[in-house]
Amino acid sequence: MKRSPRFVAAIVALVAAMLCATSAIAAPMRLWHAYRGEEQRALETLVKQYAPGEVELLALPYDAFGSKLAAAIPLGDGPDLFIDAHERLGDYRARRLVAPVGDALDEAAPFSAPALQAVQLDGQAFAVPLSQKCVALYVNTDLVRDDPRELEDLVALRATLPKDVFPLAYEAQGAYAHAAILAAFGGQLLDASDQLAFVGPAAERSVELVRGLLDQRVVPEDADGSLVTNLFRSGKAAFAISGPWLAADLGSAKELHYRVALLPRIRATGQLMRPLLTVESVMMSPKGAARAEVRALARKLASAEAASLRARVARTLPARGDVELPSGDRFLGTFAAQAALAIPMPSSRAMRATWEPVNRALRKVLRRDATAEVALAEAKRRFDDVRRPLPPPASPAPLAVLIGLGALVGAFQLVRSARDADYGAALRRSLPAYRYVLHAVIAIGVLVMLPLTIGAGTSLFAGGAGDTRYVGIANFVSILTARGGSLLSSGSFYLVLAVTCVWTVVNLFFHVTIGVALALVLSRPIMRLRAMYRVLLIIPWAVPSYVTALAWKGMFHRQFGAVTGVILGLNDLLGTHLEPIAWFSSFTTAFTANVATNVWLGFPFMMVVTLGALTGVPEEVLEAAEVDGATRWQRLRLVTLPMIRPTLMPSITLGAIWTFNMFNVVFLVSGGDPDGTTDILVSEAYRWAFTREAQYGYAAAYSVLIFLLLSGATRLSEWRRSAREARERAPVDAAAGAATAGVP
Amino acid sequence: MKRRVSPAESVAAHAVMVIAVAFALYPVLWVVALAFSGARPPAPHVLPLPTSPTLRPLLDVGGASRDGTWLFGRQLMNSIVVALATAGVGVGIAIPAAYALARFTVLGKEGGVRALLATQMFPTVASAVPLYLLLDALGLLNSRTGLVVCYASTSVPFAIFQLRAAFEAIPADLEEAAMVDGATRFEAFLRVVLPAARPAIAVTALFAFMSAYNEFILAATLLGREEMFTLPVVLQRFVGEYDAQWEHFAAGALVVSIPVMALFYVAQRHLVAGLTSGGVKG
Repeated sequence: MKRSPRFVAAIVALVAAMLCATSAIAAPMRLWHAYRGEEQRALETLVKQYAPGEVELLALPYDAFGSKLAAAIPLGDGPDLFIDAHERLGDYRARRLVAPVGDALDEAAPFSAPALQAVQLDGQAFAVPLSQKCVALYVNTDLVRDDPRELEDLVALRATLPKDVFPLAYEAQGAYAHAAILAAFGGQLLDASDQLAFVGPAAERSVELVRGLLDQRVVPEDADGSLVTNLFRSGKAAFAISGPWLAADLGSAKELHYRVALLPRIRATGQLMRPLLTVESVMMSPKGAARAEVRALARKLASAEAASLRARVARTLPARGDVELPSGDRFLGTFAAQAALAIPMPSSRAMRATWEPVNRALRKVLRRDATAEVALAEAKRRFDDVRRPLPPPASPAPLAVLIGLGALVGAFQLVRSARDADYGAALRRSLPAYRYVLHAVIAIGVLVMLPLTIGAGTSLFAGGAGDTRYVGIANFVSILTARGGSLLSSGSFYLVLAVTCVWTVVNLFFHVTIGVALALVLSRPIMRLRAMYRVLLIIPWAVPSYVTALAWKGMFHRQFGAVTGVILGLNDLLGTHLEPIAWFSSFTTAFTANVATNVWLGFPFMMVVTLGALTGVPEEVLEAAEVDGATRWQRLRLVTLPMIRPTLMPSITLGAIWTFNMFNVVFLVSGGDPDGTTDILVSEAYRWAFTREAQYGYAAAYSVLIFLLLSGATRLSEWRRSAREARERAPVDAAAGAATAGVP
Repeated sequence: MKRRVSPAESVAAHAVMVIAVAFALYPVLWVVALAFSGARPPAPHVLPLPTSPTLRPLLDVGGASRDGTWLFGRQLMNSIVVALATAGVGVGIAIPAAYALARFTVLGKEGGVRALLATQMFPTVASAVPLYLLLDALGLLNSRTGLVVCYASTSVPFAIFQLRAAFEAIPADLEEAAMVDGATRFEAFLRVVLPAARPAIAVTALFAFMSAYNEFILAATLLGREEMFTLPVVLQRFVGEYDAQWEHFAAGALVVSIPVMALFYVAQRHLVAGLTSGGVKG
């Protein structure tokens, strides 16, 4: 088609009209948050009051919040303002997701000093404080009367409380709660120069104190947030260290009497425990901060009036001093006093890199897998590993030369084949076929190949937004040399690869043996209820896999999981004293839990494929073998299995690829616990991309390596299969050749 | 010749089946029990029976509404519409391509099929960000269409594999006979090949439907409005870090699973035939 000037003009006019249309109508303000329950209701009320009809609210899953902001804001597609914890500010600023708040922060307002300090970066406010959150001590007043003066006082309670009631429940294995104890020893997680400070005598003593509490069964092992909630709610914990979110959860429990108190002192140092302070704040994207009405809304959301409503409705602690707390609310009063003692969490980018290493070190020490000194040194190494300096920019010249050479060879091939008469004929013959394939080629090219190529290309780059640089193969070198550490140190590529291979082989073994065995039983000539059994056995395949994975994780839960129920049931029945197993605290059990889940998910597929393959085994052959005196086992091994193998092989290959990259199960069931040992290559890649400072290039390099490994392995198995087939065919061909040779 | 089956063997076979069925059903029943449980925390039980049975979780989850619209209903519809569209687009694009690969001499077929298999090996972690940028360029962010486009990118290659094997298993004589009778190749394809491949097409569509219906990572990242969400995104919000509402999650999971289970039940007779008319041949 010839493009007429008029056509072009029409397009230009259309585009211009669209642009005008979008700018003429005042765009609604978009506000994103991760609130739920009462907090969400309070926010909705406030927004309706301050800017009726002008705000689009969006509640997001907390896990997806950060990555969604990072993806949406640079494209101009994100929110104008969003509510998040202040400690993410450093990261957000580095990625240019936030802008200074300007007049949205009311300078005259009496914001609390720690809150104001928390939202500042280099002397500029990047957020407007809304509320403060920190942990305090919950006291079950039915079980105990007095607050402990010192944390060590709780040890004495062990003797007086019933056996199944813990003196104290808190997330002992989390860095967040541990920071309060660490502070009493004069330690901190991150120092002023962004280095991990969780090393040295103070840190070691704090960890050893907690280990002592666990050993004396003062504090439960393996406590996560929901276990703390459950223990305290059901009266199985006299004290709990938790934040205001615990109260929100307890709201409905009527039989429970509790109050909150300040965190106690630590006897060893005589200092008070000081929790970390999180300041929930309104932040604005650069686009939002430029709009006056957005800044005005942020200012109103942080006003005393709004804070007072939030305190009333959702019981959140205001970040400013001029808010009258609901009268007689001792709960909020205590939290306010605790917040005044709290230490604002550092908001620098490095803070995000502290959680994973510190959590792992804590878990390791508390499980007695390592001494405090060794575990803390390892945490330091891990932290430095993630924070390692960017590799120096590399010259793109070698790549350019390589691409040039490739293009040259390609062009040469093209010219040569264009001259080739056979090639031309083949091309003409396949022309009708291209009509059928063309749309699929385009679709796959755009939707699959293009993102994959770009994704693979990312592996040659390093650095985040604004600081991206071409580094050549530096990412690969760094992965393959285990970042300078020992090649088999934990988290190294080779160790994770070994785990991945074991994972794939074990799973495939169970999938195939269980699948084939069930199919053989199902396909017996006389089998009653066959159809019913088949339908029931396919169910695991039909249930969404994330539902399955989370259900299995729940079943392996040490306190209320079904597996624990089975163990307790056995104890009742047999009079044994088996301990419930903490599935995710050792590699073997955690790996077993993962395998059990994945076997459950995968065996129906193999069963169905085998059922189909078995229909291809002629009955006569089996009968002939039986007549010849073959035993049942011989018939299976020598007739049935060889005959179904060709049909099964492709499915097994595909199953191997799927299992090798089975992200859902590993991520949702064990989550890499303990200590990242059950991570496979894909989940490791995911961590580099999404939890360790968004090192997309590094994650892409992992993906490319996975791809190379898998394609190498399939090539190898194909080659071996064709070699074997050739070998098996050779005598037959020779015989056939000999037979025909006699015929002229 | 009819084979003799001893009673002992029969009992053994049924015992194996019963154990296998128990293994297969236990987690599902556990979720069902949880969905009807009123007690928090759930107590450890051997038998998956609800503690203090109630319909509360189901009503809580199913009754979610906002500004007068029935949010849960919208989200269920989103899930179903997106999954149906993915299955339709995936199979629609794949059928002609798979047919051509199975029947015609196509220059570059080997390379193309190899490349297609290779796409299955590349983890999506790396291509998620470029895909996001691509959708933005197409103006499809925050839309169900964009989600379908994303899901189609995985369902099309898979469908091509499946269907190519299925078409190859159909004897070429059938179409040739039709063409001798005066039908064009396209008519022969339409009237002879497609009906013969129906089980395989149904099973392939079912897989495409399932993978789209179950996906949550891309959906959580791409969708920006609550009434656009698909159900997995909603369910994910129930099991947060501090406050895991397992009974709500289970109730949601129950509702989510019912449509797929129903489809599976309908398709299960074709499953064996559909999968093994060549299987998932690479």
